[in-house]
Amino acid sequence: MATVTLSAVTKSYAGNAVIHGIDCVIEDGEFVVIVGPSGCGKSTLLRMVAGLEAITGGTIAIGDRVVNQVEPKDRDIAMVFQNYALYPHMTVFQNMAYGLKIRGLSRDAIRARVDKAAEILQLGALLERTPRQLSGGQRQRVAMGRAIVREPQVFLFDEPLSNLDAKLRVQMRVEIKRLQQRLGTTSIYVTHDQTEAMTLADRLIVLNGGIAEQIGRPIELYERPASLFVAGFIGSPAMNFLDGAAGDDGRVVLAGGTVLAATAPAGSGVTVGIRPEHLVPAAESEAAAHLHVDMVELLGADTIVYGTLGEGGPALLLRLAGIAQIAAGTRLPLGFPPEQLHLFDRATGKRL
Amino acid sequence: MESRSGHLSWLPHLILVLGLALVGFPIYVTFVGSTMTTPEILSGHMSLIPGGHFVENYLAALTQGMPQLSGVPVARLMLNSLIMALSIALGKMLISFLSAYAIVFFRFPGRMVCFWMIFLTLMLPVEVRIVPTFQVTANLGLIDTYGGLAIPLIASATATLLFRQFFLTIPDELIEAARLDGAGPLRFLWDVLLPLSRTNLAALFVILFVYGWNQYLWPLLVTNTASMTTLVVGIKSMLTVDANTPWHLVMAMAILAMAPPAAVVLLMQRWFVKGLVDAEK
Ligand SMILES: Nc1ncnc2c1ncn2[C@@H]1O[C@H](COP(=O)(O)OP(=O)(O)OP(=O)(O)O)[C@@H](O)[C@H]1O
Ligand SMILES: [Mg+2]
Repeated sequence: MATVTLSAVTKSYAGNAVIHGIDCVIEDGEFVVIVGPSGCGKSTLLRMVAGLEAITGGTIAIGDRVVNQVEPKDRDIAMVFQNYALYPHMTVFQNMAYGLKIRGLSRDAIRARVDKAAEILQLGALLERTPRQLSGGQRQRVAMGRAIVREPQVFLFDEPLSNLDAKLRVQMRVEIKRLQQRLGTTSIYVTHDQTEAMTLADRLIVLNGGIAEQIGRPIELYERPASLFVAGFIGSPAMNFLDGAAGDDGRVVLAGGTVLAATAPAGSGVTVGIRPEHLVPAAESEAAAHLHVDMVELLGADTIVYGTLGEGGPALLLRLAGIAQIAAGTRLPLGFPPEQLHLFDRATGKRL
Repeated sequence: MESRSGHLSWLPHLILVLGLALVGFPIYVTFVGSTMTTPEILSGHMSLIPGGHFVENYLAALTQGMPQLSGVPVARLMLNSLIMALSIALGKMLISFLSAYAIVFFRFPGRMVCFWMIFLTLMLPVEVRIVPTFQVTANLGLIDTYGGLAIPLIASATATLLFRQFFLTIPDELIEAARLDGAGPLRFLWDVLLPLSRTNLAALFVILFVYGWNQYLWPLLVTNTASMTTLVVGIKSMLTVDANTPWHLVMAMAILAMAPPAAVVLLMQRWFVKGLVDAEK
């Protein structure tokens, strides 16, 4: 087990900067998820930790050792790839054993390690098959097995579940989490799926355009997103954003004229965020605004209400627990709980 | 695409049988001729039923020294052909595998120059560069040697390109996984690349073996003594201008010249089928 320390890590391809200085200390045994939209540099960052990409600037240390110049095989890491990257001509056993064989472990030691990993991952019956004869989920497990048998300091995952169907993805997600807790190995996991990120992570790094927008516990990011980007990225359905401005007294007024129980520096342009699950229907007399309902989705466990704030106003999403009997075309009186409002500077996108 | 149910199912069969007869008949006649005596063949109404001299003719061809070949028996020519064909096939495979490996997986100065130089040789078949090649071979003292027969034909752009295309289809992640597993370049070559290429190698072997075995112009040039020449060249030498050509032996030699390539194709065919059924991913 080891810590992983990223200090001012940058990466450029032929002068094109794609990672702009990332600082983060990943604790021993911690499960850190790097999340962000496509092309934001998640894979690049992970591959720099793996040693598959050269580090342009800054340092990466695994444990106490700076690994900038260390070959991937000597970094004591194991990586699980999105397309599994299993050797097609080797059996499951050989796939898992290959790295150990090269390292010169004895036959018995290899057998013992592979058997143990196979037992953990329920691969015992598949050891003599080739990858071609396995389902996607089984291949995924073999790829994990290949990482486990190495008993590395750090696991690296690059979107390991994105080739699986939705149901299997949920199941494997739970398995990965359980496995990591059992082994206690420091893990860095890349995904663009925010649900995966929220459920797996001890801590999240939200990456946007090569910049770490926020690093923190999933709930922290949910409750206090540091920027508009994080607010929009974390949580599903995504947070509602409404344009507003702070008046002379600092009170925030929405574009439609609704006055909110929140303050911001006087005269500033504000984006107000509120999550669909935090909007509440109010009594007609206490309503701060009205939602013009366009469409209602009954999902059973909850109800998603689509509408606009006022006639022809900005789009707004409302999520209610359980089955709510609301018809499209109605006007729904709404309240904005002050403690659930997120205010962002409209110019910089930063939290106020 | 299956229309077996219809009453037209005999049509494809008929076409196949006709095609087979067209290709197979001359070979059959050659075989029949190889079981007769020369007067029987030249009698003007040669029978299409094999004669009674099969064992006798083939034994004679294989073991007896031929006067037309300065007393060298055909067995020796077959050995020469075999050595040449195997050297060319294996040599080409080795060289092109390694050069494709270097071009695809390594970044070195002049990589693309190397690639284009190999590619350019495609434009220059053996016949075009035969005079300078002969000059070089002669200067190296390789006339009448197996080296002289095989080495100049070994460099192969076609096979290099074939391997290059195949190597390019190998996903980067697989290469990276091998790197993380600690496999160096040679281990990767041996443990991953070679096993993945085996169906390609088998297919190429067949093509190159037949190519090497059927060479005519180059062996004709580069060998002077009859004991170093190949079977294909030997057959031509048997055809003398006077009326003394031993046709029964020529026919037997023709059949003998066809047998090894046919055997290679038949044996390796199982590999192709395996390769098709087994195709990875
Ligand atoms: N070899 C390369 N040469 C030049 N640019 C590259 C190279 N690899 C990646 N990039 C660029 O770096 C940026 C980050 O790429 P990266 O693969 O890390 O994105 P990602 O966050 O993993 O995206 P995805 O979710 O689609 O996998 C992209 O803009 C990409 O175009
Ligand atoms: Mg990626």
